[in-house]
Amino acid sequence: MSMNTTTNKNYTNFFQVKTKHKGLLAWLLTTDHKRIGIMYLVSILSFFLVGLTFAFMMRLEMLTPGPTIVDAQTYNSFFTLHGMIMVFLFIIPGIPAVFGNFFLPLQIGADDVAFPRINLLSYYLYLAGAFLALYSLIFQTHIDTGWTFYVPYSLRTGTDVTLPLIAAFILGFSSIVTGLNFITTMHRMRIKGMTMFQMPLFSWSLYSTAWIQVLATPIIGITIVLVLLERSFGFGIFDPTLGGDPVLYQHLFWIYSHPAVYIMAIPAFGVISDVVATFSRKSIFGYKVMAYSTMSIAFIGYLVWAHHMFTSGMSDTARTVFSFLTFFVAIPTGVKVFNWVATLWRGTIVMSSPMLMALSAIFLFSIGGLTGLHLGSISTDVHLHDTYFVIAHFHYVIIGGILSMFIAAMHFWFPKMFGKMHNEKVAKVGVVMYFIGANVLYFPMFIMGYMGMPRRYFDYLPEFQIYHVVSTVGSWILITAILLMFTNLLIAIFKGKPAGSNPWGAKTLEWTMPSPPPLLNFIDTPVPSKDPYDYSDHDERIFRDLKNKENIINQENS
Amino acid sequence: MSGHNENTSVDKHEHVPSYGKNVMIWLALVALTALTVTVASVNLGNYTFFVAMLIASIKAMLVINIFMHIKYDDILMKSILIACGLVFTVIIIMYSFDLFNTYTG
Repeated sequence: MSMNTTTNKNYTNFFQVKTKHKGLLAWLLTTDHKRIGIMYLVSILSFFLVGLTFAFMMRLEMLTPGPTIVDAQTYNSFFTLHGMIMVFLFIIPGIPAVFGNFFLPLQIGADDVAFPRINLLSYYLYLAGAFLALYSLIFQTHIDTGWTFYVPYSLRTGTDVTLPLIAAFILGFSSIVTGLNFITTMHRMRIKGMTMFQMPLFSWSLYSTAWIQVLATPIIGITIVLVLLERSFGFGIFDPTLGGDPVLYQHLFWIYSHPAVYIMAIPAFGVISDVVATFSRKSIFGYKVMAYSTMSIAFIGYLVWAHHMFTSGMSDTARTVFSFLTFFVAIPTGVKVFNWVATLWRGTIVMSSPMLMALSAIFLFSIGGLTGLHLGSISTDVHLHDTYFVIAHFHYVIIGGILSMFIAAMHFWFPKMFGKMHNEKVAKVGVVMYFIGANVLYFPMFIMGYMGMPRRYFDYLPEFQIYHVVSTVGSWILITAILLMFTNLLIAIFKGKPAGSNPWGAKTLEWTMPSPPPLLNFIDTPVPSKDPYDYSDHDERIFRDLKNKENIINQENS
Repeated sequence: MSGHNENTSVDKHEHVPSYGKNVMIWLALVALTALTVTVASVNLGNYTFFVAMLIASIKAMLVINIFMHIKYDDILMKSILIACGLVFTVIIIMYSFDLFNTYTG
């Protein structure tokens, strides 16, 4: 790919840099964090489109009761494929791997991450795990365990569970290595003069995410090894017929997988903070509280895993304790939502496509978060567990809050990454369609779930059909919106107008360099501001304008 | 741009324990392993588990502090270790709410 310099003809951007390798090898063997970020972007989006295809086919199958386009066993494979690809290959690595890699060093004034070669290793681990997963999922016997691999079914099923488990193990390594790299980068590579509390909130979100990656991922790694040993040698750790405990598996699985939800969500919160501050032309409301709440979510996330297991046969004491603790997550999360809204208050709001998407994400994520309270309460969870209510809650969080912020981040940082501007009108149409599609697709699932429609069922009673039909139509709107926005960005790479170094008027350090950035990022040593969102110059200008208007009115009156 | 890092003292933990000290720690680890094996053959009733864990913890502390140089390292490295210990402790305590109330309650 060759990108033209757009703002400064006297520098060579990272697309144009000549290395000892040429062509594709220059990309495959690069240690530049920006190129690795782009490679992650291409890979992750490719896997996302595969996962999206399975989602589309699942919804199509559910259009009518009984077989519509596939049989029951194939449907079971579809939801397993969709879940595994979306969770392990897209949403967990998503924002940190792509935008973290590209923008973390830029936001903290560094020329690269702390361990560039390990960064490339992390990418190849991801790729190896991804291809192994896809190979086993698509070309081996069709796995039907769901993405959770619950025992004892995953120990006994005749479908191939071993290869996907090994793939998840390798993907976990990639995640740990990236986390270690980010923590070290933030502590060792920050530019002189920038304290931790002067970092942009996106960097803070990557920091707390990295800690979860490092501390939680090894647990799922060990659990996977135990399942493999049990499947191969009958160790009797989880299988009740051998004296094992299947509930122990669920504990170990969710000890990782619940914090993993925060690996997905916290970086999205970071993007919202950066976008809302930029397009409100205001410093973020309660910066330090936002940083602390990010770390609090990461910490409390460790204490609530068993709320996924209220119907598993766990003890009543444990159910009560975990239900009680689950509500504490709402406090730092509520702080964040309040502070975003407070940032908007009296801001000079610019309704760009990333801002529209951020506002949509706050709304949709709040629905997802609030319905989580129904599932965190034991009494209602017993009724709603394993129904479409859970699917709706989860997708309001993931699609409404996280995927939408991934797309918002693509639009927000696109001009910096590629030096081109996308078509804002098309992007805004896409955002509106996305908002409508997400609601039409997922809201009927709340009703269905409340009425008792179980998740993962191939067939259903006729009274549920109307909701399934509405939901399937919603999926068409949502997918059209996603494809529209992606196509718009793809066209902009080749035909977009030059973006300039700071088209959004943002204040963080990545916007002080030309677009696309030079190889070692900063041409001149940047000077960090005490407030990463310092819009005082903007406030002064507004105040001056208002004062001038007031003077004119006074003169006219007199 | 590489010279403007905030923390340029990455290699400040230059303290290297002497060979003599390393050998002493190694001998202590061997002795503690022998003690573990010996204690296993003694019937201590309910205390068997706790004694075994105590000896294992002492061995882990020696390895972490001396062989892994954590004793001589800066607060960041120590905090990573403390965080791991904290997470492990929290997980065991939280899991015990289920374990002890399901099987012995």
